[in-house]
Amino acid sequence: MISFNQVNKRYPGGYEALKNVSFDIAEGEMVFVSGHSGAGKSTLLKLVAGIERPNSGSVLVNNQNVGALKGAALPYLRRNLGIIFQDHKLLFDRSVFDNVLLPLQICGFDHRESAKRVRAALDKVGLLKREKANPIALSGGEQQRLCIARAIVNRPAILLADEPTGNLDTEYAHEIMDIFRSFHQVGVTLLLSTHDESVLQDGAVRRLALKQGELQ
Amino acid sequence: MRQHLDLLSAVLRRMFASRVGGLLNILVIGIALSLPAGMYVLLKNAQGLVEQLSGTPQISLFLALNAQESDIAELHSRLEANEAIARVEFVARDRALEQLKQSTGLTDVIGSLEKNPLPDAFIVSPKQAEPQALDALRDELALLPRVEQAQLDSAWAYKLEALLRFGRLAVLILASLLSLALVAVTFNTIRLQILTQRDEIEVSRLIGATDGFIRRPFLYFGALQGLFGGIAAWAIVTGSLMLLNRPLGELSQLYASQFVLQPLNPGDSMSLLLFSLYLGWLGAWLSVARHLSQVEPH
Repeated sequence: MISFNQVNKRYPGGYEALKNVSFDIAEGEMVFVSGHSGAGKSTLLKLVAGIERPNSGSVLVNNQNVGALKGAALPYLRRNLGIIFQDHKLLFDRSVFDNVLLPLQICGFDHRESAKRVRAALDKVGLLKREKANPIALSGGEQQRLCIARAIVNRPAILLADEPTGNLDTEYAHEIMDIFRSFHQVGVTLLLSTHDESVLQDGAVRRLALKQGELQ
Repeated sequence: MRQHLDLLSAVLRRMFASRVGGLLNILVIGIALSLPAGMYVLLKNAQGLVEQLSGTPQISLFLALNAQESDIAELHSRLEANEAIARVEFVARDRALEQLKQSTGLTDVIGSLEKNPLPDAFIVSPKQAEPQALDALRDELALLPRVEQAQLDSAWAYKLEALLRFGRLAVLILASLLSLALVAVTFNTIRLQILTQRDEIEVSRLIGATDGFIRRPFLYFGALQGLFGGIAAWAIVTGSLMLLNRPLGELSQLYASQFVLQPLNPGDSMSLLLFSLYLGWLGAWLSVARHLSQVEPH
């Protein structure tokens, strides 16, 4: 589903974020990318979503070479991905409901189907009662869950999450991890980054450990 | 289709979210467009007046008083043979006097004259209506034997026509400058919008929005703002003409005529609206092309 082959990523200025990284993730797998901040976790996720391009090597997602995709093809790749951003990237000029609606508007779903899907996604993350609220009124954990609802409303085959438990206390973090496990159970491929070793401890999960841009 | 309607209503809501701001922009565009549009209407009316007054140009040939019938007959055949002349009409001096009596009501004065002071005359309708051709023909006809004077009836109309040409050029320049202003106003409005909607644009890009999807609301906004500006300009011009027509009616009655300013006809109105819509769209398009690339996701 996701395949890195000898990927190097160097940022302008010479900073090498990833060095010769290769791995394969099969369909339906749940994989954690761990490492300290600056180890290259975010860069790795950005390469999958086509937000950054590798300097050498290839990044395949769904058998498409993301690094070689034309700009006009990128949106269609991203529609197959659900992305949960480290900084959430919620829009505070609209309600919780409308935030989750945005991906469906982009894909051109009709009204009734959209509303149904938005409510189903909100229900899954336990925010159905807050659909009319402004995201700014939500707690950190709720904002994180809203971000998850927006990522899954499109029913993507692949879910990317950058530090989804980053700023949350342990109880919230476990709640969020339970949500991800439920997606794993229905066959979604998940790639999550975390610097928090504690979330890795429960259950057997596959782990890609990054250290200064290199896979350990 | 449904999506486009939804987008339109969303754009309208955004435009009038700050009611004063939205209306002010439209008013600025409306006033800017109403100047050339108003001048155009006035020119068109003036042109109508000229055409109404001058009709087709004619050259009057006044013959010498001592011209004999044989001279007249010869002249008549020469005129009819002239290639540049479409039609020739002979007005005998007696008939001219009769017409003068009827049209001016000066029966008593004319009746007191001992003899008819009017000469025989030919009224010549040339084939061509260009001023140069007319002048040349008049000069040529003036040289014919027994012709005392050749007079181009519509010379003044041509002077007015030249003045109108000057006016049309002025309108064109004004319209170009103010169109540029409209494009600039839209360009700036859209630039500010892109800045305030940076987050939305960035997020949309990250979750799979195409460039077209991101551009569309801004283009709609520009086009709609232009259209509303055009409607405002139309209303300003039409309202002003209605205001002007009342005192103008009183004025023209004093001159025993019934002149009213004609408003923009449907074709011109439609052109005005389409043109303003297009200019708004163009301003938005330029702005989007220039500024959207600066909002790249990180």
